[in-house]
Amino acid sequence: MASIEIDGKIFEAENGQMLIEVADAAGIPIPRFCYHEKLSVSANCRMCLVEVENAPKPLPACATPIMDGMKVHTRSDLAREAQNSVMEFLLINHPLDCPICDQGGECELQDVAIGYGQDASRFAEIKRAVPSKDIGPLIATDMTRCIHCTRCVRFGVEIGGVKEMGAPGRGEHTKITTFLDAGISSELSGNMIDVCPVGALTSKPFRFSARAWELTQRDGIAAHDSLGANIHYHVRGQQVMRVSPKSNEDLNEVWLSDRDRFSYQGLSAEDRLLKPQIKVDGQWQETDWQTALQAAADNLQQIQSTEGASSLAALASGNSTSEEGYLLQKTLRHLGSDNIDHRLNQIDVSDQASAPLYAGFGQSPEAMENINSALIIGSNLRKEQALINHRLRKAVLKDRGLISEECIGDVWAVNPLDYELNLPLKGKLISTPDQTLSDLAGILKALQESGASIDAQTADIIASVDVNETQKAIAESLQAAENSSLFVGQLAASHPQFSQIRSLATQIAKASNSVLNYVGFSANHAGLSLAGVLPLGQAVDTAGLDANNILNSADIKGLVLLNLEPEQDAWNSAAVVDKLKQSFVISISPYASDAAKDYADVLLPSAAFAETSGSYVNALGQQQSFSAAVKAPADARPAWKILRVLANLLGLNIDYDNSAQITAELVDIAKQAGDIDNLQAASLNNLEMLKSGIQRIGERGLYHVDSVVRRARALQATEDARLCEAIHLSPAQAQDLQVFAGQSLKVKQDGNEITMQVMINAQVPQGAALVYAGTAAHSQLGGCYGVLELSA
Amino acid sequence: MSLSPEVTAKIDHWISKYPPERKQSAVMGALAAVQDDNGGWLTPELIDEVAKYLEMPAISVQEVATFYGMYEHKPVGKYKIGICTNISCLLCGSDDVVSHLEKKLDIKMGETSEDQRFTLKEVECLGACGGAPMFQINRDYYENLTLDKIDTILDELD
Ligand code: SF4
Ligand code: FES
Ligand code: FES
Repeated sequence: MASIEIDGKIFEAENGQMLIEVADAAGIPIPRFCYHEKLSVSANCRMCLVEVENAPKPLPACATPIMDGMKVHTRSDLAREAQNSVMEFLLINHPLDCPICDQGGECELQDVAIGYGQDASRFAEIKRAVPSKDIGPLIATDMTRCIHCTRCVRFGVEIGGVKEMGAPGRGEHTKITTFLDAGISSELSGNMIDVCPVGALTSKPFRFSARAWELTQRDGIAAHDSLGANIHYHVRGQQVMRVSPKSNEDLNEVWLSDRDRFSYQGLSAEDRLLKPQIKVDGQWQETDWQTALQAAADNLQQIQSTEGASSLAALASGNSTSEEGYLLQKTLRHLGSDNIDHRLNQIDVSDQASAPLYAGFGQSPEAMENINSALIIGSNLRKEQALINHRLRKAVLKDRGLISEECIGDVWAVNPLDYELNLPLKGKLISTPDQTLSDLAGILKALQESGASIDAQTADIIASVDVNETQKAIAESLQAAENSSLFVGQLAASHPQFSQIRSLATQIAKASNSVLNYVGFSANHAGLSLAGVLPLGQAVDTAGLDANNILNSADIKGLVLLNLEPEQDAWNSAAVVDKLKQSFVISISPYASDAAKDYADVLLPSAAFAETSGSYVNALGQQQSFSAAVKAPADARPAWKILRVLANLLGLNIDYDNSAQITAELVDIAKQAGDIDNLQAASLNNLEMLKSGIQRIGERGLYHVDSVVRRARALQATEDARLCEAIHLSPAQAQDLQVFAGQSLKVKQDGNEITMQVMINAQVPQGAALVYAGTAAHSQLGGCYGVLELSA
Repeated sequence: MSLSPEVTAKIDHWISKYPPERKQSAVMGALAAVQDDNGGWLTPELIDEVAKYLEMPAISVQEVATFYGMYEHKPVGKYKIGICTNISCLLCGSDDVVSHLEKKLDIKMGETSEDQRFTLKEVECLGACGGAPMFQINRDYYENLTLDKIDTILDELD
């Protein structure tokens, strides 16, 4: 501890802290541009100069470590003169074009210039101008405004994990730019807009559409991954104009993934459903709510009485609110059916009775920063859960001495694709999906050989497995580490043998004393599971049908869809559309897709995220409530209200006045469920190989995860989205098939044939092909995993 | 395009001077080797190749290549004359050196003569202030310049 004096007041501070940190904590204002609490100190802007007694010159507060007894003046004549001079220099080349700058009104340069600048410039010479360049669909650039603080450069290196922005040139010729005509590809790129203190980097989708002072800020919870990042909606009238992060150190810190930041564009998609519609003799008719809901209720009741309750089913998207899910399942169970689910991305749920109620994190994001050894299983962690990847990255980099030296970290991966990560991997096992089980079994076997005890049935099954060097090294690393963790992702969850993967992962975690984290699940997977949107019955043998079976069973005659587009969201979308046409389908959705118009019988327009109140439970089991930031357009209504009326028409008699009353019931349910033990799983059943042939890897496209994101125009224009249109083959595979990049290829799965463009991708192992799920191709092809036939 | 074996051998020589995980430290030597091999200047493609070879972001290599005056980004003449115009040389008459050379070679600073023999370039202090005014032709320093001496130096070049 040290005590220092700032502007005549004494403060206690930790040794090693920078002056600016102590001043910030004490609320003493010091102007700054390059300093950012989450980035390394570069001390290049000099705006934070202060007077320190006995120092010959003013010192930068951001880069001056405190010393016991230090006396600092932030507003003395010397300090003010230094600050004013730096401000004058910074404005010399700045265009001062605030009236046409999107940053105007929320600009750090403007704010500081008010306090430290002069009212007129003494600079009569010619200002320098820097051409702006197109760096992609998300960030607009006006580089003449750049003050070279290098925050965006440091953000790339330190947080984004890829250095994309740089500062070539020297002195007056320095320019902040990307290499040649490269765009920004980071999945966290939008944060550069936030860190840029001036209007050099601004949001492209938001550009010129509103002024900061016209916007109202409302709180919300991000709807596209299970972290539950906290967000601000910036709203004008009844329109969400943009989204920015709300800081929450426990979850998203001050960051936000691009998906959560730009998905709001989906709210204003052209195919928003604005009025209730019913199909009469094959023709869609707009109608009023009462007629539409009555038609829905009558049909459900009729199916129930003629075909039996078990022919009714309901499916909700994984980012429906808990309240919506709760009412949906209540309604369906009132009708006598347990056929309800939200796990559209899973096909193997055979272990659901013995698995944890929901797949969440086993540790806090903060604790992940101390991981010494991590094993990633079936996950494109960097893309599917960018801010968890960031925590892990911090853990590894600490080890490499790049941030500090506290921690030793090794990361391993068992993946069907050799993903480009932004953290160093110690080792990896990359193989086709049919090998996933044996790769994991090898690791478990290695743990067993080094003394861990495993159950007899599992031991029996893995007895014949050979352990290779990498598997042994992974086992040793996990076992030796003080803090070891497993990350089981979306590719594992959608694997046809997920329950065996879960069993192996759980046993590896137990045997190596590791924490098990499930990542890449939907935003409210936990909340919906708790709310009962699962086919679990009173006993295992009375369980209802799971999502995949609901969509494929000929017995389902009446189906309620909530927020869902099975034609893209399902595990096997190609199979479902014809099937849906045979059933009576009520679609409660913000959108009317062409496919939905084809298969649905009643369309009920619901509010999308941002337009409804409710709550989500994130992967940590934290319930986060939110209210609507804007009203849903036209006749669209929050789904919980729609379901309330439907339930009543079906004789359920519920009368919630607001969603908070439902939330209160859910809180009790969550309390009863208690803490979820992630280390639950059935014991291993088999190590059966999947069918051989060219295996499809059906990763869900980063920007194809749900109906809102799929309609977010700017995200759809990114490289990450564009990649999803092609079929990706390894160079060797392409050579075998004699196809080249860009060429079209006939792709056949489950008897469906389509033509796709070839992309050569060295991440794909020989014997496999990557065809993204959630895409147009996915709708026409087959399941996420399976065997493909390819011909030129 | 990829780097020739001769060039990669030179880069490897630089890499070997640093710890294995600090390959990037060889970037300046690597750029110099590549530039020499390419007739005295660098292209964006070559910068990218160096980046790949040293496993660093291309933009970082570009930062280095555009920060230091000895890297060229367009073709230069056989003799690149880097005239120091920084403080000591300025005080000792580098202005005269510049105008003499501009007149004699009939090119301006930053230009290359039509016969591709000479390029004139303004450089910052080359650490030879004791011999100001001075210039550098390719790798060699010439100090205590006078106009006569300059003529002799140029005449002696082939
Ligand atoms: S673009 Fe913005 S963040 Fe980047 S260096 Fe310039 S002012 Fe700083
Ligand atoms: S904030 Fe301290 S030098 Fe920029
Ligand atoms: S100023 Fe010319 S060499 Fe130093």
